[in-house]
Amino acid sequence: MSYFSDIYKGIKTLLTGMSVTGKYFLHSQKGGITQQYPDNRETLKMFERFRGEVVMPHDVNNQHRCTGCQKCELACPNGTIEIIWDRQVDPETGKKKKLIEKHIYHLGMCTMCGLCIEACPTDAIKWAQNYENSVYDRTTLTRVLNKPGSKLMPGVED
Amino acid sequence: MNLSLSITKNIHDWLFNMMPETLASLVEMTLIALIYLTIFAVIGLFLVLLERKVAAWFQLRIGPNRVGYHGILQTMADALKLVSKELTGTVNADKFLYNLAPYFVIITALMALAVLPFSLEFQAFDINIGIFFLIAISSIGVIGILLAGWSSNNKFALIGAMRSGVQTISYELSVGLSLLTMILITGTLQLSEIVEVQRNGWLIVQGHIPAVFAFMIYMISGTAETNRAPFDLVEAESELGAGFHTEYSGMKFAYFFLAEFVNMFIIASIATTIFFGAWLSPFGITESLPWLGVFWFLGKTLILMFLMMWFRWTFPRLRIDQLLTLEWKYLLPLNLMNIVLMALIVWLNLTIQF
Ligand code: SF4
Ligand code: SF4
Repeated sequence: MSYFSDIYKGIKTLLTGMSVTGKYFLHSQKGGITQQYPDNRETLKMFERFRGEVVMPHDVNNQHRCTGCQKCELACPNGTIEIIWDRQVDPETGKKKKLIEKHIYHLGMCTMCGLCIEACPTDAIKWAQNYENSVYDRTTLTRVLNKPGSKLMPGVED
Repeated sequence: MNLSLSITKNIHDWLFNMMPETLASLVEMTLIALIYLTIFAVIGLFLVLLERKVAAWFQLRIGPNRVGYHGILQTMADALKLVSKELTGTVNADKFLYNLAPYFVIITALMALAVLPFSLEFQAFDINIGIFFLIAISSIGVIGILLAGWSSNNKFALIGAMRSGVQTISYELSVGLSLLTMILITGTLQLSEIVEVQRNGWLIVQGHIPAVFAFMIYMISGTAETNRAPFDLVEAESELGAGFHTEYSGMKFAYFFLAEFVNMFIIASIATTIFFGAWLSPFGITESLPWLGVFWFLGKTLILMFLMMWFRWTFPRLRIDQLLTLEWKYLLPLNLMNIVLMALIVWLNLTIQF
């Protein structure tokens, strides 16, 4: 008699499947997942996990958290990051100390692997969620991440 | 020459008063042919759009919404693009059969359209073996597909065509038998009389249990007849490129494409006619306005077509052995049992009549 129970089971599973898609159909008007991109440029928000480009956040006093340790430069598999640094006298302690001059990031070479961000001991760099990254001239893809005149945030090294 | 063209009596009489009989018949036939070609094109284009919209909604997308208001002109634009495309072909194709195949497919679709009772007077050809004619015609369509696959000299196309042959020959049986089950109640094959019988309740109500079974079997095998998913082994994009129409381009491809959708319409409208009272309104609420029948007919057909689209976007494609198992081990024996059951019910007068 497994013949008829097979038919019963078959129909039951088919109906289960149809109820799932039926629910989707009824909810599609409210919660479609399509983003109509160029139209909703103003409101479109990317997810937190989206990897647009590497940026270095600065606070209101134009201070960043990069100590110039170069771990990101070493971690990068394609040499995307270049750090130009210098030893300068710290005005507070009077000792000589390594400080960055330029944190150079070549967006054109970056594969968005995220190894630099994981390597950074002071969380000085993070992902930005911008997605319109095309430019007319590739030299504009080379970016200096620390803003001009920015300083190291005090207390980061401790 | 006076065929039973009962499309509208007034135009018929008017034409016959104006001209000699032969000429009037010719004009009338041309008119009807044009009307049905228009219906064919409109149905095809509308259904392609509907399918894309419904598919989008099932997948939580939006679907075409750029051309025209909410995308209603999208398929027009697609058709125009296809018309303007070059008709390429393969070098070693059998040219004659290759060019003939699309016409086979659309002509059978058109012939089937002609016998459908859209409303009381809107039926081009009320033949007295209506159902039989429909079953016979719908199996000619497969010849077009076989020809297309064979003549384009492409192994994917040939495999697709062969699968189509296997599938249609098998499922043809179930379509025919499930319709025959209902013929036991009506006692006639003529479509207009089948509709008349349903004035005492739609056949799915009159025949209750076996009618519901017959309807389920008909919908499954009808979906298989039109080569739609989950029975789309014929086209199986992921396995065969595009199946039998791999080598077709431009308008010839569009013919196949439109015919597929018109076939879906035909399968749904046969189900409407046989099971759901064709153009009859539920409980006779618009009895006094016969022309409203067209809307009832199209509405019921639309619901059934939506059901087929629902199948398509829910179920995964069957393997060829599963396809044949389903037909020969399940649908066919059940169908035969169902016929016996229906015969008993009709014999013992257990049908529900209002
Ligand atoms: S994301 Fe990867 S490739 Fe890009 S800069 Fe960081 S380590 Fe280099
Ligand atoms: S960004 Fe981080 S890892 Fe790179 S040099 Fe600065 S502190 Fe070191």
